[in-house]
Amino acid sequence: MTTIARQKLLFLYARNPDLYSEVGAWSVYDATGKEHHTTGDSDAPPYRSVFAAMQDGWRVIQVPQQFPAYPGMELTTAFLRFEYVLEKIEE
Amino acid sequence: MDKRYLLTSRQMADFVADGFLRFDAFIPDEINREAMREIDEEQIPRGYERQGQPLSGLWPDSRGFGALFRLPQVQGIIHSLVGPDPLYDHHAFHRVSPRHEEGQVWHADNIIDPRSAFDIQLFYYPHDTPREMGGTMFLPGSHLRRIHESDIGRYQNFTGQVPIVCKAGTVAVGHHGIWHCAQPNRTEQMRYMFKLRLNPTVRQRLLWNTDDLDAPEIHSSLFRNHKWYGNEDRLEYAQRIKLWRFLTGDEQFDSHYWLTRVENNPERVAAASAAA
Repeated sequence: MTTIARQKLLFLYARNPDLYSEVGAWSVYDATGKEHHTTGDSDAPPYRSVFAAMQDGWRVIQVPQQFPAYPGMELTTAFLRFEYVLEKIEE
Repeated sequence: MDKRYLLTSRQMADFVADGFLRFDAFIPDEINREAMREIDEEQIPRGYERQGQPLSGLWPDSRGFGALFRLPQVQGIIHSLVGPDPLYDHHAFHRVSPRHEEGQVWHADNIIDPRSAFDIQLFYYPHDTPREMGGTMFLPGSHLRRIHESDIGRYQNFTGQVPIVCKAGTVAVGHHGIWHCAQPNRTEQMRYMFKLRLNPTVRQRLLWNTDDLDAPEIHSSLFRNHKWYGNEDRLEYAQRIKLWRFLTGDEQFDSHYWLTRVENNPERVAAASAAA
């Protein structure tokens, strides 16, 4: 019987670009079907920092690029800027 | 408007910092019962009424939803935030079916809206809403961010998110930009939430009970750190100072010098340089 390796994605939103900095928002998308997550389903992040997730076997697959503010938008806020994408591959 | 029904400056500062206010078990049971009856008997249309009409003329015979926004204490909240003679924008009866396990995606009920003027939305819970029934999840301090509707749909959880778990008759009043999402309903009962959006027709300046306008707590409220935005806390404070200036008309208002500092761009030529 063939087993398929599937991807779990973990999104962590850090306080600043430092991978040791505190996580303030998070999401999990698990294509293995072992877990299902939706909005508002936890009050505490799964890891304190991106680095703590790495220590638990999560691989960072994207780090946030940093751009200077557009002129006139220096004080404006919108999306969370320090979004790290991590993965695990599981069967 | 009787001053005792108006919001205080402290409450207004909370609104500016958090993006919403909640009033638990605020509506009398009689109106809650009538509201549920009007839902069951479909006495209030599910579709929008004519948008842009004065709120004052809406549902004049209703002893549930119509009576709700004619209560003096609700009128006082509305007046404090959007002033006299607000316009009806739209309403909606939100229903979450029994055993509905999926949370709604996070969203704001607006396109990118950079105005200083703002609309409000009343979120009314006519029956008890325990956590297993969901409630609406709000994200305090999210309302001044420039995003479009469900652009924020990848996020699932935030530090400090607040579910409206409440008794019947609770009302939350939100800035149009507040991030929110309906939560799963794990009970056997349909969950209802009534939403009503209102537009101001006047400049939103000092419309509340300003007796405590100089209260020191206003500064600490405006500087409440909701944590989830991390390093952007000071940018949030700058946005709130701007909104407080808009609401009070005091263009010099500042706290901790955040805006004064970046607005300081002297033009005066120093005497020694001018002489050289």
